[in-house]
Amino acid sequence: MTADNLTITEKIFSKASGKPVRSGEFVMASIDCAMTHDITGPLAVQGFQEIMKDKPEAKVWDPDKIVILFDHQVPADSLNAAQNHIMLRKFAAEQGITNYDVYEGVCHQVVPEKGWVKPGDLVVGSDSHTCAYGSLGAFSTGIGSTDMAAVLATGKLWFKVPQTIRFEVNGRLPDKVYSKDIILHLIGDVGADGAMYMAAEYGGEAIRALDISQRMTISNMAIEMGGKAGIIEADTTTGDYLKQRIPGFTLDPDWKSDEDCEYEQYHEYDISDLSPQVACPHNVDNVKSVEEVEGTHIDQVLVGSCTNGRFEDIKIVADIMGGEPVAKGVRLLVIPASRTEYMKVLRAGLVDQFMEAGAIVESPCCGPCMGGSFGLLGDGEVGLATSNRNFQGRQGSARAFVYLSSPATAAASALTGEITDPRKV
Amino acid sequence: MNMTISGRVWKYGDDIDTDVIIPGKYLRTTDMQVFAEHALEGIDPDFSKQVRSGDIIVAGKNFGCGSSREQAPLALKYAGISCVVARSFARIFFRNAINVGLPIIEADITCQQGEICTVDLQQGKVHCGDRVGEGTKLPEFLQEILLDGGLVAHRKKQALK
Repeated sequence: MTADNLTITEKIFSKASGKPVRSGEFVMASIDCAMTHDITGPLAVQGFQEIMKDKPEAKVWDPDKIVILFDHQVPADSLNAAQNHIMLRKFAAEQGITNYDVYEGVCHQVVPEKGWVKPGDLVVGSDSHTCAYGSLGAFSTGIGSTDMAAVLATGKLWFKVPQTIRFEVNGRLPDKVYSKDIILHLIGDVGADGAMYMAAEYGGEAIRALDISQRMTISNMAIEMGGKAGIIEADTTTGDYLKQRIPGFTLDPDWKSDEDCEYEQYHEYDISDLSPQVACPHNVDNVKSVEEVEGTHIDQVLVGSCTNGRFEDIKIVADIMGGEPVAKGVRLLVIPASRTEYMKVLRAGLVDQFMEAGAIVESPCCGPCMGGSFGLLGDGEVGLATSNRNFQGRQGSARAFVYLSSPATAAASALTGEITDPRKV
Repeated sequence: MNMTISGRVWKYGDDIDTDVIIPGKYLRTTDMQVFAEHALEGIDPDFSKQVRSGDIIVAGKNFGCGSSREQAPLALKYAGISCVVARSFARIFFRNAINVGLPIIEADITCQQGEICTVDLQQGKVHCGDRVGEGTKLPEFLQEILLDGGLVAHRKKQALK
């Protein structure tokens, strides 16, 4: 890389397209890793087979760069889901593709956990929250099934290199306030289309102070403001995380935006006085401080998902709940995001604590987050979730109401049966 | 596919998301008819019953925000929608629509429910009554994908060359 004043996004697309490129240019880029799962995978495989129709022995472009996971409907919750799993298992086996089966966990937890992503990579996944891997300094974005079919066949995809919207977040997080509160605050500020067509880039001392688990929450939700990616430049925290997962990994200091790069937008925040934030029905950008919605009755609390289903998140919930029981009439669902995270929760004795408290601890999966499986909300019911979307009908009935919050706010609310400020328990 | 499309308008607002276009509970199938039957049922239960082949959706900003599910543009396409006009599109929906051969155009135009609207994809213009909305013209390579009926058909055609 010779030119300077580039954003990390421009650097990654320059590498991926084999020539120096700037934002606004159309490129054909080589993909470093492609991920698909049990909901969008079947259409992708059908598309691949259709493209390759005249070549019966057709192979994918590179089986070592493709991952297929089952997480949205696991263990198979219907005959259709079971059939989809059979089809994808067979395809993965024939093609020599790594296939994480129904017990392994949610794609956006398992893919980084198993060392598939590193800084500077161009990653695509047929799931909108693929932007989560930006937390490791990659350009990672969601695509549809047909785009994925083209990637499976060729390993390449066209892109318009996006402009960058930079979020500079300074200050120190107050007690009981977490990265989920930061990202909800940012989304509320710029709106559901505030980062549309742009790469979101997060920096500043408050972001650098976060561990990888909390960074993943922030990158994961870039799509909720329309962002194409949600990148946090790799630093020693990233390096430590990746060294445990990728043999011989060393941090390349060039995978960051140059100081004199051009940002399309630049937003600065100081979060030292930030309150816990809550996204209210039915849009993720309908964000209020917890003080404004305290006392709202809830029927179900969901702790889990790729956004906030890691050990660190679940530990926060356990600590706030102490040995206290779940409020009468409230259903608390705890769903660790992966088998690895589940084992940590188990070994720390938290499964015991949750079961004693009257919670339901499920095996790793997307759970009710996408509203396709179990744990749905019925007509008129109200849910509070640590997940990433609260669109109408998202978690069941179109006449249900979903609020989104941090694990801390979810825990405090599970104890009282109404939305509760975690700083007050 | 014709690059000029005329049809009856279904009017919607801002931020029409993919969960509203096709809820997650219907995604376990690959049956296009199921997607079509439940299209937009979250906000407009009458839509799938009353939509006619060739109708056009005219919406506000950020149409198709949310999930990467290609079942969203497929649901609209198989319900009979011939084109979606919106002030802006969420980017994954934008790509998916082109890839499955559902014409879309970014344009700012005011239409009434049931009015007849004409879209010229090549010129990037939308006409409704005496009003004209200047839209964003698609780059030529995307127009070609649309003309071929989507990315899979486009790839196959290219492979034959």
